Amino acid sequence: MILQIGCFVFSIKSRIKCLAEAISSLYGDYELADDSFIDFHVDLNVVNDVSRLFFRKKAVFLSDGFAPFDPLPYQHAPALIEWGMNWCVSSQINTFLIIHAAVVEKHGYAVVMPAPPGSGKSTLTASLVQEGWRLLSDELTLVDLQTGSATPFPRPISLKNESIDLIRCRYPKAVFGPLSSDTVKGSVCHVQPPTASVEMQHQSSPIGWVVFPKYQQGVEAELLNIGKAETVMELADNSFNYSILATTGFNVLTDIVDQADCYRFRYSRLDDAIAAFENLAHSKK
Amino acid sequence: MIEFPLIVKVLNGEMSAPELTLKQWELLIRQAQASMLAGVLCYRFDPDSIPIRALRHLQSARVHSDKQVNDLLWEIHHLKKVAAELGLPLILLKGAAYAASACPAARGRFFSDIDLLVPRPVIADAEKKLMAHGWVSSLHNTYDQYYYRKWMHEIPPLRHVFRGSVIDLHHNILPLTSKACPNASLLIEAAVNVGDNPQIRVLQMPDMVVHSAVHLFYDGELDHGLRDLVDLDSLLRNSSEDIAMLVVERAFELGLQRSIFYAFRYLNIILQTPISAEVQQRSQQAAPGRFGLQMMDFLFLRALMPAHPSCGDQWTGLARWLLYVRSHWLKMPWYLLFPHLSRKAWFRLMGKEKH
Repeated sequence: MILQIGCFVFSIKSRIKCLAEAISSLYGDYELADDSFIDFHVDLNVVNDVSRLFFRKKAVFLSDGFAPFDPLPYQHAPALIEWGMNWCVSSQINTFLIIHAAVVEKHGYAVVMPAPPGSGKSTLTASLVQEGWRLLSDELTLVDLQTGSATPFPRPISLKNESIDLIRCRYPKAVFGPLSSDTVKGSVCHVQPPTASVEMQHQSSPIGWVVFPKYQQGVEAELLNIGKAETVMELADNSFNYSILATTGFNVLTDIVDQADCYRFRYSRLDDAIAAFENLAHSKK
Repeated sequence: MIEFPLIVKVLNGEMSAPELTLKQWELLIRQAQASMLAGVLCYRFDPDSIPIRALRHLQSARVHSDKQVNDLLWEIHHLKKVAAELGLPLILLKGAAYAASACPAARGRFFSDIDLLVPRPVIADAEKKLMAHGWVSSLHNTYDQYYYRKWMHEIPPLRHVFRGSVIDLHHNILPLTSKACPNASLLIEAAVNVGDNPQIRVLQMPDMVVHSAVHLFYDGELDHGLRDLVDLDSLLRNSSEDIAMLVVERAFELGLQRSIFYAFRYLNIILQTPISAEVQQRSQQAAPGRFGLQMMDFLFLRALMPAHPSCGDQWTGLARWLLYVRSHWLKMPWYLLFPHLSRKAWFRLMGKEKH
């Protein structure tokens, strides 16, 4: 299957049946592309693991025949392909500054949300996009080196552990892929991005805010202004190719931080978070 | 004769950028990525002749390579201090040497370890000084340490504790156990300064070519063989015309003429590197017998292609495997090789060593 995802064309192959179901439910809204130029050839293959004297089926991710990760249990295939596709872009593309961050847009400006695993970034992103924000990406913020704007790479949002049920209950209409339990990151389940976000996947957006979100039990929602220098340093830490891009990377990063409002955001209730982001969006309207 | 893959036709000039279809660009990039040549290709083309969708991948590789060259120069900057404390010059080999001497061969290339050459008696001192500057041995298995130090031409890799750079410290260019192991002092004495620092040296050009060829034709893993052949092609094409003859004569002097025969043969066949009739004639004195040569053609013309599914036939896997066996054979006599391989196999089977 050949799909147009953001500005890339992926050819996805697999003989794993549960994967076909996952892809057709999560990627139903994407355009099929022709095969005139394929950026990434990904393949999820079955291998027999002979260690521990048992034969066990495992799934291995291949990027044009090359396996960047060790094989995983067969049932983790849906999560593995998502990680693998992120790997393709984050390890091979240097024509964007790539930040490990979610990015959503409303009223023409994007919020970049870098955050380490466990800070509630994906849960917040999944809620915001259900509340009318446009998803540009849940994992990889692609910053255009010339314009400094965020280029969409919308993909299913990866939810972990308790967040899966939380979002499922809050937004019963959201479409989920199959659950991969007991992965290295715990239980993982992907939720389909909104149709509108996929339809607008060729439209980039200037970056209006950089927000470092942090879920903390019991705290009141609080948006704290932070310094630009601190923001640059932290974005650089969260970037895949900041050091590879050298001076270009520094210039782009400082440019976007110059233009953006920078905050640290603590919250414990999603409703408060959604309201706070709504206020942000209005501030630039 | 097997049909050469697209990337070879582009590298040897049989096909040029403007005549490629978009689909061919895609294949070219896949083959280039599999052989670590995407950055090199980016430098060879005029960006205006590359379709925008293909350009993105080539430029990504180029940016990455530029960064590696920069990092390498920074590591070399640190090595100057080591050389000063040691009171002896450090000789850079292969990639590090190309970068330090700003050879066109360094443009767009990907680099891994930094290879250094010092006289064998100072290996221990050099290791101590490198350790004082943060490079520490990364192999902790006693047998591996013993094996390297007793039989090899280098000590186990040294990794920098903060920057992660890896140094391979050599005292020769082939293992001591190899029949062809040359007299390293000839190489060391002829080494030349690079840049403004007399403490950092590279092999003189003919030796650089000989070493690059020896490395390629003794190496068991040819997954990046085409990249190494492209290095050789670049070294020869960017030197004066008489370099090839100097290389052949030097190879005979060092006893490494067979590798140079192979190098010139496959450079000429695969990359159409111009080699004069006179030079070919001289290097042919080091050729194997007719049957041996047919065998080597069969193996190398397959194994030197990119490790990509589009570049092989049903014999490629066998060719790679046979050359792997050959390289061990050339590097060690059987009475050392057999116990070594059995020991490695046993440890692997017992799960004591993970690869």
